[in-house]
Amino acid sequence: MSATAADLVVVGCGPAGMAAACEARSQGLSVIVLDEQPALGGQIYRSIETAPPDRVAVLGKDYAAGRSLATEFRDSGAEHLRGAVVWNVAHSGAVDYVLDGQSRQIAGKSVLLASGAMERPFPIKGWTLPGVLGAGAAQILLKGAGALPSGPVVLAGCGPLLYLLAWQYLRAGVAIAAIVDTTERSGYVGAARHALGAVRGWRDLAKGLKLIATLRRHSVRFYSGASELAIEGERQAEGLSFLHRGRRVTLPASLVLLHQGVVPNTQLSWSTGAAHRWDDEQLCWLPETDRWGRLGETPIYVAGDSRAIIGAQASATQGRLAALAIAEHAGRDVDARRRAALIDQFERQSHIRRFLNKLYRPADANRIPRDPAVIVCRCEEVTAGQIRGHVELGCRGPNQTKAFGRCGMGPCQGRLCGLTVTEIIAEARGARPDDVGYYRIRAPIKPVMLGDFVD
Amino acid sequence: MTIEPLFTVPHAPTNASVTIMFEGSPLRVPAGITVAAALLVGGVREFRSSVVGGVPRAPYCMMGVCFECLVEIDGVPARQSCLIPVREGMVVTRQCGAAHLDEFSFGEEL
Repeated sequence: MSATAADLVVVGCGPAGMAAACEARSQGLSVIVLDEQPALGGQIYRSIETAPPDRVAVLGKDYAAGRSLATEFRDSGAEHLRGAVVWNVAHSGAVDYVLDGQSRQIAGKSVLLASGAMERPFPIKGWTLPGVLGAGAAQILLKGAGALPSGPVVLAGCGPLLYLLAWQYLRAGVAIAAIVDTTERSGYVGAARHALGAVRGWRDLAKGLKLIATLRRHSVRFYSGASELAIEGERQAEGLSFLHRGRRVTLPASLVLLHQGVVPNTQLSWSTGAAHRWDDEQLCWLPETDRWGRLGETPIYVAGDSRAIIGAQASATQGRLAALAIAEHAGRDVDARRRAALIDQFERQSHIRRFLNKLYRPADANRIPRDPAVIVCRCEEVTAGQIRGHVELGCRGPNQTKAFGRCGMGPCQGRLCGLTVTEIIAEARGARPDDVGYYRIRAPIKPVMLGDFVD
Repeated sequence: MTIEPLFTVPHAPTNASVTIMFEGSPLRVPAGITVAAALLVGGVREFRSSVVGGVPRAPYCMMGVCFECLVEIDGVPARQSCLIPVREGMVVTRQCGAAHLDEFSFGEEL
C-alpha cells in the first residue's frame, strides 16, 4: 500500500515531473509522482528504460539523453505510481486517482501539475478516418512498440516534430511518400525578427537545419506552402489532397500523419478553476501563474509544457525551479546560487522558442476550418458549420455550444476540439479568444466508473 | 476481420509475444506494448464505431487524450486501449456506438 500523504504530489512523469521530483527530494521533501502511462518518461522519453539499442539509435541523441534524468529519478527516492489516472486535484492539495480499478486519495501539502503537451488538433476533412494519426502518435508507436509504417507514409503539416519523425523514419528505412509542408511564407518573415534568439539557441537551429538537409538529401518528395488539406476516403484514409502552387494534388496513402505543433494539456489547471489567458503567439490557453508556476494562492503549481510550450530540456529546468519554490514555501533553506544557476540554464534552453513560435505558427485555415462540413468535435461529431450556426443563434462561447449541440460533451471532454471551438466562435463574433473563453472543465477530468469506488 | 496492418514491428523478438483475443480470433502480438499498438500492428483498422454517425474510428493520439481508441477489454467497456499494456489471454472487442452499461455487471449480482 502506497503512502496517503506527501509533501509534494507530482502529476505527470515526463521531464518536468521527474526533474521536479528529484529537486524536491534533494531538498528533503517526500514526493509521490502519479502518472497514467505504464512507464516513466512522459511522451518525449517514452520507454526510455526499456527501448532496445537499435530503437534508441533510430530515435537519436536527444531521446537517449533522457536516460540520465530517468536514472536520477530512480535514485531520488520519490515514489512513482504508474497507471495512476488522476481525476481530481483540490485546492486543499488532495489528489484523487484511480489505480487498478480502485479510487484512492493522497493528501499533498503541495501539488505540481506536469501533464505536458498534446498535439494541436488538425481539423480538416476526413481527419477522423482510420489511417489518420498525429505524427506524435506515430512517434509514440515507434518509441513504445518499435512500430513503423508498413507502406509508404505521407506526413503533413509543420513543426519540428514532423521533420524529426521523418528523419527517424529515414534512419529506420521507412518509405516516405511525401512531406506536405504547411509552413506559411509569413512564418519565415515573422521568425526573422526573432532570429537573434534563435542564434543564441544555435544548437537547436543547427539541429533543425540538419534534419531538413537530411530529408532533402534522401530526395523525399517535399511540397512546401501546401494549403486546403483534405483526407480522401469513406471508411478509411485513401489519400491526402491539397493545394500546391495553385494546383490540386492528390497523393494516395492509407496512412497519413498530421502535425501542426503541440499545445499545453491544460485540463487539470482548468479543473482547479485557475485563470487562463489566450496566448497570441502559441495560439492556445496558458494558466496564469506566478514566476515559479504557482496558481494564485493555492498550493498547486504548474511546470513544463502544461504551463506553456518550452520543450523537454527547459521543462525539466522549470520543474526544478518550481520544486525549489515549493521547498522554500515548506520552510526549507534554498541555496540562492542553485536557483540562479537554474534560471541561467532555463534562459539558455528557451532562447529559440519565440523563433519557433513564429516560424511554425499554424495557418489560420488549418486551425479554423473554412469548410462547414469539417468535424470539429470528434466525439459528438459536431461540424464547424454547426458551431457557426450556434453563434448565429446567440451562442457566446464554447461552454454554451454544449447546450446548443453537445459539442465538447464526449469522453475527451473537449481536449480535441476546445481550441478550435474558441477560435471559430471568436472569429464569428469578431471577438478576442479571451472574451469568448473556454469550456468549464470540472472533475472528474478522466472518466471514472462507480465500480472504482466500491471496496 | 483484419487486413494489411498500417504498422509493423520489424525487430520484435519472437520469444516475447502474447496472444490476445480480438473479436473472437487469436492475435499474436509483441509483449510489453499497449493494446492499441497491438491492434494496429495486428491489422485492425476499425477499433470502434462513432456514437452519433456509427462510422469507423481508430486511434489518433496514442497518449490518452483523444478517446478514439476505446474498446471493450475483458468485459469492461470504454477502456483507453492506448494506456493499457497487453496481457496473455486478454479478451478485446470493438466498441460499437456508445458503451452499453446496462449489460455490464460489476462482477457480482447486485
